[in-house]
Amino acid sequence: MGNEKVNVTVKINGNEKRAEVEPRTLLAHFIRDNLGLTGTHIGCDTSQCGACTVLVDGQAVKSCTLLTVQADGSEITTVEGLGQVGNLHPMQQSFWEKHGLQCGYCTPGVMMAAVGLLQQNPNPSDEEIREGLEGVICRCTGYQFIVDAVKHAAQLMRETEAEVQLVGEERL
Amino acid sequence: MTKVVGTRLKRKEDPKLITGHGSFADDIQLPGMLHAAVLRSPHAHAVIKKINVEEALKVPGVVAIYTGKDLEGKIGPVPTSWYVPDCDLKEAPQYPLAIDRVRYVGDGVALVIAEGRYAVKDAMYLIDVEYETLSPAVGQKESLKDNAPLVHDDIENNLAFHWKAGTVPEEVCEKAEASVKQSFYVQRVAPSPIETRAAIGRYNPGTGELTLWCTSQNPHIHRMVLSEVLDITEAKLRVISPDMGGGFGGKIGVYPDEALVGFAARDLCRPVKWIEERSEHFTAANFGRDEVIDVEIYGQKDGTITALRVTNTHNVGAYLSTMGPGVSTIDFGLMITGIYKIPYASCETFGVYTNTTPTDAYRGAGKPESTYQIERAIDLFAKEIGMDPVEIRRINMAQKEDFPFTNAQGLVYDSGDYEKPLTKALEMVDYQKFREEQKELRKRGKLVGIGFSTYVELCGFGPSKVAGGIGFQGGIWENATVRVHPRGSVTVYCGTSPHGQGHATTFGQIVSEKLGIPMDDIELVFSDTKSVSMGWGTYGSRSVAVGGSSVAIAADRVIDKAKKIAAHELEVSVEEIVFEEGIFSVKGSPSLQRTFKEIAKSANMAWNLPEGIEPSLEASSYFDPENFVYPFGTHIAVVEVDKETGQIELKRYVAVDDVGRVINPLTAEGQVHGGLAQGIGQALWEGIVYSKDGQNLTGTFMDYAMPKARFFPKFETAFTETLSPVNPIGAKGVGETGTTASTPAIMNAVMDALEPYGIKDIEMPLTPEKVWRAISESEGK
Repeated sequence: MGNEKVNVTVKINGNEKRAEVEPRTLLAHFIRDNLGLTGTHIGCDTSQCGACTVLVDGQAVKSCTLLTVQADGSEITTVEGLGQVGNLHPMQQSFWEKHGLQCGYCTPGVMMAAVGLLQQNPNPSDEEIREGLEGVICRCTGYQFIVDAVKHAAQLMRETEAEVQLVGEERL
Repeated sequence: MTKVVGTRLKRKEDPKLITGHGSFADDIQLPGMLHAAVLRSPHAHAVIKKINVEEALKVPGVVAIYTGKDLEGKIGPVPTSWYVPDCDLKEAPQYPLAIDRVRYVGDGVALVIAEGRYAVKDAMYLIDVEYETLSPAVGQKESLKDNAPLVHDDIENNLAFHWKAGTVPEEVCEKAEASVKQSFYVQRVAPSPIETRAAIGRYNPGTGELTLWCTSQNPHIHRMVLSEVLDITEAKLRVISPDMGGGFGGKIGVYPDEALVGFAARDLCRPVKWIEERSEHFTAANFGRDEVIDVEIYGQKDGTITALRVTNTHNVGAYLSTMGPGVSTIDFGLMITGIYKIPYASCETFGVYTNTTPTDAYRGAGKPESTYQIERAIDLFAKEIGMDPVEIRRINMAQKEDFPFTNAQGLVYDSGDYEKPLTKALEMVDYQKFREEQKELRKRGKLVGIGFSTYVELCGFGPSKVAGGIGFQGGIWENATVRVHPRGSVTVYCGTSPHGQGHATTFGQIVSEKLGIPMDDIELVFSDTKSVSMGWGTYGSRSVAVGGSSVAIAADRVIDKAKKIAAHELEVSVEEIVFEEGIFSVKGSPSLQRTFKEIAKSANMAWNLPEGIEPSLEASSYFDPENFVYPFGTHIAVVEVDKETGQIELKRYVAVDDVGRVINPLTAEGQVHGGLAQGIGQALWEGIVYSKDGQNLTGTFMDYAMPKARFFPKFETAFTETLSPVNPIGAKGVGETGTTASTPAIMNAVMDALEPYGIKDIEMPLTPEKVWRAISESEGK
């Protein structure tokens, strides 16, 4: 059957985890079922909806498109690693402020996709955000407040970046 | 008093959802939990000859496999909950697993229970079923014909129900100076919440209690229906809707799968989890719409509409769903005249069984379809007599002074001022300027168009007396309990069941403003039949109008009791107590006061209560409104059609909605946006397509066109506020306005753009191919 378990090691949200998995285990299932990180959701079975998007080695990836074994040795960030209540990531803060979520099911994936987008384009226009979120589906919001949230997050992140640089320069 | 209602508060729900701490069904893990999978029919219509489970049982980890025959006598059929009267309704029993015949692709054939998510599927695929295929009935018009295959042998012509309301005298039609006949197809669509359906059952043989977590918009309805299906008392059945990833009507229905999970958990005395896959959802979860609507509209050349005749042929699928029969009859047929003062109207509805997945309520349920036909028909009539679409609407619409307005079918609209949103929307879009630009652009060969939808919606379900009269198997009042704890925080228990709408925030705002306490001191409990005594759930834009009102009334009752305690402590009469911003004080002597927290403590300690006042500070309300609510508004779409490719670009979308009192403009706007995306999706992209042999050709998100962010422009929205007189907060409903109004606005805009070609109608969704073909054909003429 080829179902003999294999060892994998991943660094997830900063913690190293080793596990034995069936070779066919999807990364999305591994994250949820083996690691108990249920913030990453699954909304389809054809890799269209993007609810399961996480960062793998810094890239936004739909975790249902990878087998766990393919992620062996990778660094993974899920929504739980993005930020916590009391210490929210600008993306989380912006989704809250701008009402970028309703049921909240697609939200972790959408936020991770948006984080990936801002890494490539820190100052996107509305249109670029809409294009950049091609890989995710939200059924609740009609996307408008998601666009607002991502734009707001981009601004917050640019400001923080500027502050960090300023502090860095002062130190020099 | 501090304004809380009407402010754009951030949602209480969000911190858990943005940090991965939500608790959706698949996040629930119970000790010893097994996984379930349902083997489904690959044929639309077939006889089950033999089921061989031998190989499947050999898969490591398999615990049990049940077939329909195994369950005979152990589990009852899942009934519809809407027995619409006077329509000769014929219900075919839907057993949770097909016993000897499958009637749609997706019909359950066997239930597999195993250790682990993957093992259960391994086993499922090894079940060998021998079928003898039969000819399927697919489209509704074809299935009504005499020679059509019968879905249920004893139901002639596949006619599930035949309903009529209203009459149009022949002479009115004869006297009309103009008339238009048109057939519309409001195609089948998939509600598509991003979380699919799920159920988890846990049975305690010691107590006999069965707990069922399931993706339900109405857990108390699930409890009521499933207690009968599973033959267990309601007191022993606890239904919990965990955090839910959307519903849109698709999770109203009580489904066979949920009954199966409850049955297996009890039979095996182990927790059982079933998580639906998306491709499974596209065969086994109820769809929406699928109505062929034939319209005749009559009137005079001055624009007055005199009569409307409508026939709706509704594809109900293989079985009657929970709300299915009400959608194309009551919801649709009583609203066909929309906002207009049309003296005569009639509706005849045929509910038709077919070998397809059942259809049920989908966001708006009947009202998007009724709005579609009247808003399209009135445009066609305007074109026929050469009148502007805005003018014909103004001539025929009910005026402010007509309220409460009785429509042709006898429904009494609670309140309205249709001119208000119309004027505002016209200003926002700058109508005159658009028409001038359109002339210029047409000269240059550019196809731009503008489309209107001046809609009204029946929602806020509703008066229970009426529910009984229209055959709905439920009350539709709503329940709330406001419980004040000894140190002054508050828990509110509500019978509605939110799944994205943000009721913890909006209901919290109502309580915060009433009691003068901070939002953080208020917790809301929904969606658990063991915590919430009773309730009817969230659908039909009823939650704020009915549930929110119940919360407001219960909070008022808390204040009434608290005032008596404060008066007693301050040694004055109750009439002398004023309550503002959380402080009870004596009129004229404001320094004599008690805080809300102090009274909370007094009431709960009960050391010194006035004569005849019982301890604790808690009140409940069971609010049953005297009427439905009727939100309304004007939506305007501006489109450009590329004549070379048929591609439609939505350039602007203006929505002015009047939903009565707006509790939280931020979440209300969110509701409008989401509704728009779905209604526009129906017009332009979405559609479930069946092959002639009953296979769903659009069974994944690869084939079914779910709207993406880049499909839309920035929506331009606004509210006007005409309060409803039928509930204490004056709210109407906002959840379904977007889907109700937007589909015809888009269609009317595209038809306006295509006017130079004389094209009057194209079947939805308006894919580029269809539009291109329509243009090409008209050029060929």
